[in-house]
Amino acid sequence: MSESSESNSVGGIGAATAPQPRPGDPPITPELVQDHGLSPEEYDRVRDVLGREPTFTELGIFSAMWSEHCGYKNSKRLLRLLPTEAPWVIQGPGENAGVIDLGDGLALAFKIESHNHPSAVEPYQGAATGVGGILRDVFTMGARPIAILDSLRFGDLDSGRVRYLFDGVVRGIGDYGNCVGIPNIGGEVQFDRGYEDNPIVNPMCLGLMKVDELIKGEAAGVGNTLMAVGARTGRDGIHGATFASEELSEDTEASRPQVQVGDPFTEKLLLEASLELIRSGHIVGIQDMGAAGLTSTASEMAGRSGTGVEIDTLAVPVREPDMTPYEILLSESQERMLVVAKVGHEADVRAILEKWELEAAEVGKVTDDGTFRVLEGDRVVAEIPALPLTEGCPTYEREGVEAEDVQALRKMDLSPYEELEGSPADVFIRLLESPNIASKRWIYQQYDTTVRTGTVLGPGGDAGVIRIRGTTKAVAATTDCNGRYVYLEPRTGAMIAVAEAARNLVCVGALPTAVTNNLNFGSPLKSHIYYQFREAVLGMAEACKLFETPVTGGNVSFYNETDGKAIYPTPVIGMVGILDDVDKLTRHAFQSVGDAIVLLGDNTNELGGSEYLYVIHDLVAGPPPEVDLLGERRLQHAVLAAIQKGLVKSAHDVSEGGLACALAECALGDGEALLGVEVTLDDPLPTAALFFGEAQGRVIVSCHSKNAEKLQQLARDHGVPSRVIGTVTEAASGFVMHAKSADMKVDLNSMKALFFDTISNIMDAGGRE
Amino acid sequence: MRLAVVTFPGSNCDYDVYQAIKSVGGVPEFIWHRDAALDSVDAVVLPGGFSYGDYLRAGAIARMSPIMEQVVTFAAGGGPVLGICNGFQILCEAGLLPGALTRNDTLKFESKDVWVRVENADTTFSRDYGQGQALRMPIAHAEGNYYADEETLDSLESGGQVVFRYCDPSGHDGEGWNPNGSARSIAGIRNEAGNVLGMMPHPERAVEEVLGSVDGLGVFTSLLRQLSPAAA
Repeated sequence: MSESSESNSVGGIGAATAPQPRPGDPPITPELVQDHGLSPEEYDRVRDVLGREPTFTELGIFSAMWSEHCGYKNSKRLLRLLPTEAPWVIQGPGENAGVIDLGDGLALAFKIESHNHPSAVEPYQGAATGVGGILRDVFTMGARPIAILDSLRFGDLDSGRVRYLFDGVVRGIGDYGNCVGIPNIGGEVQFDRGYEDNPIVNPMCLGLMKVDELIKGEAAGVGNTLMAVGARTGRDGIHGATFASEELSEDTEASRPQVQVGDPFTEKLLLEASLELIRSGHIVGIQDMGAAGLTSTASEMAGRSGTGVEIDTLAVPVREPDMTPYEILLSESQERMLVVAKVGHEADVRAILEKWELEAAEVGKVTDDGTFRVLEGDRVVAEIPALPLTEGCPTYEREGVEAEDVQALRKMDLSPYEELEGSPADVFIRLLESPNIASKRWIYQQYDTTVRTGTVLGPGGDAGVIRIRGTTKAVAATTDCNGRYVYLEPRTGAMIAVAEAARNLVCVGALPTAVTNNLNFGSPLKSHIYYQFREAVLGMAEACKLFETPVTGGNVSFYNETDGKAIYPTPVIGMVGILDDVDKLTRHAFQSVGDAIVLLGDNTNELGGSEYLYVIHDLVAGPPPEVDLLGERRLQHAVLAAIQKGLVKSAHDVSEGGLACALAECALGDGEALLGVEVTLDDPLPTAALFFGEAQGRVIVSCHSKNAEKLQQLARDHGVPSRVIGTVTEAASGFVMHAKSADMKVDLNSMKALFFDTISNIMDAGGRE
Repeated sequence: MRLAVVTFPGSNCDYDVYQAIKSVGGVPEFIWHRDAALDSVDAVVLPGGFSYGDYLRAGAIARMSPIMEQVVTFAAGGGPVLGICNGFQILCEAGLLPGALTRNDTLKFESKDVWVRVENADTTFSRDYGQGQALRMPIAHAEGNYYADEETLDSLESGGQVVFRYCDPSGHDGEGWNPNGSARSIAGIRNEAGNVLGMMPHPERAVEEVLGSVDGLGVFTSLLRQLSPAAA
């Protein structure tokens, strides 16, 4: 490799001398380029941007910035199809987190992020640092984190390895969030063989701020000072971004050192220090050093504000001696921030950090030449035009073709499964004790759900709800996605994810407002995966447009594969909603004996992708349930209107496990005050679909019997089918369902034991018998 | 009435305690663990959280913090000191209360609502409750398993120092209602003099109907009434 000295040719580079290789730098060979995850074409682009060959340090920088994780190279073009704007959106995609207006001068910052790869290798730290990262994304916007949710997927709990991953992930999320003191208010978990080796770990965070406290990740103001604050930089997590952009394999264990180690105590200090800094007026920009560390943070901040930055790696506080610029730039050590201090205010910044027992070091400055320049003392080790580095990553639109085996699965004849083998009660019991249906209490009892005294509805309901102190308002949040549906038909599956999230929010009385998404897929280089991705994005875009829930940001996680086998495509929807009056909050549990049980929406003869097929027949097949987006919107409006008018006493979305399982959840509530149920269904449908089918667009509400007619009139006015299907009874009367083809009666206390204890029995016993 | 809420690095219930005190008419004041003196305050609250990350033993580092010398002096002078959760752990580490809080017998972080019975309604922190009253409050801790030797436990019992004990919703002892394995289901104790209380449940999280319980209010109203009997 030759070193060119023609440094002034491209990208407005202002320095007089091109960076020179450091002693000990390996020569740049095609193999080295490949090891850095860059294709020959991408490497050519690197040379075009620089107008010369890169140094080893620069190769590392490009490798990180143009990785899938940072560069979104296989997703960017399709993501542009998502709706991102609405009058209430203050900050859309492209920043650390999205921000929406809550009124009263307040705003909500929120974001979801994946930590799948690290969690597959080291579940405890992988999940813990996922929480750390998402908290930082939110508080660097100037918002105080007020809630965490977690969207999780694992293989079947029969596997010891899966139980190890599940246990580690839950402890990791719990310990980190508990220590920082942010309540966990919900999320979801699905267990399915489709996630055997590749767990999905998507933590989401919500933060509250005053609108005028919004701050961005910008390096504005030429001459301002870059300061590294928080933890010191070590050799951990080097090239984590590139690692996250590869498939897992048997060699993955060897990448355990690429998983960072979290320190929630430092995070808590950093949180307090950062919010104090932002409010102090001494800084103009702040950003987490997340994926690709100092490199992405500094270059993105420069890129966003159209400035340049200059950093001296010798000035960066390090944990270990003899770290090279390459290592310092690409370390993903946790709990670090890059702050842009107003020139002359450096001492004030330092004083705030010192109060919180943290370090702050001046590591560089904002320049006017649009260049990301890295010095090691007097030596220039990297000099790259910032904008081409952050925005110039090649993007691809690929050919997507549906896999034939999925087509065959979707077209499978499900009629043999329409009638139940055995009694309805037996099937019902097996579904109730499926970890997918059973209560997730084993998980959320390890999470602090009440700290900060804002939680008015914690995990276990349709959505988590946090009241906003000083107002009558509350915010609700949920995460949703059924990967089986998406696998069987990605476009419909993604629409259902959006629709279900919205249904969950309206069931607690919140108006669905905005979305953050986490798109978890296999390798986009495979045409059938790219097909899934494209279709899912299209479905999501259509649903989000219709529901007026713009996407304000999110995350793409590709390469969720082990030994060539991909996970179910899992585009997780994190949706937030607003309750104007927290007193209108509605829960899923039935409230009083004698209340009418009203079904909104229609039952259908659909079994595709259902929990019933998976648990009873060991099948993931058929088409996912049909979704009528306009009908869903009418349903959302009807449920909200009924709650606003005070007509309903409970509301619950019908989803996995169908009508029977949804009614069971209403009857069991939080397990303290059980109520009985007696319903009669006159639909001319096979029992399996009627009891356990997962037809979309359905909500179970209960109301005082005198309000049943008013409620049905309201439903008619909204064009939503409704009917009284039964009555809430004494617990002693049991759980009773009548249909033309079958009847069942089940004792509530035995249901309670199955529903609440299944997961803890499995985990505490070290596995199912 | 000025009530100091001490913030250690890693405290995370300080804000909740602050709000709870305010809601019952007290005047809360954050005191940074290195900052101010406790000269002019009427009571001290050590809130919950993970002081110094609790990486060693819960409360073990915080008790060496500069403010703790003053808390010890303040308590020795009869000043009321309330420690909640991590605050209880710190009080035990500092020797202001006997015994220790060890890892939950479930070996897990336990976050849920529990019931506690008022075992002594004649204390600075419980006088607004009825004797034997059952209270619903959240717990959220990994190290709340109260331990002391038998002799100490006996003397706590006989001296009326057990103030709160885990119970069932009706206020009775019951199998399965002790969430962490605490000796004799102890949830909260006071010192011999009666001016220092430590408890694992979070009364400050049970002060509004919208939060699901108001059973924690009594801890704060009792304290305020003690401080200003005239106003009560």
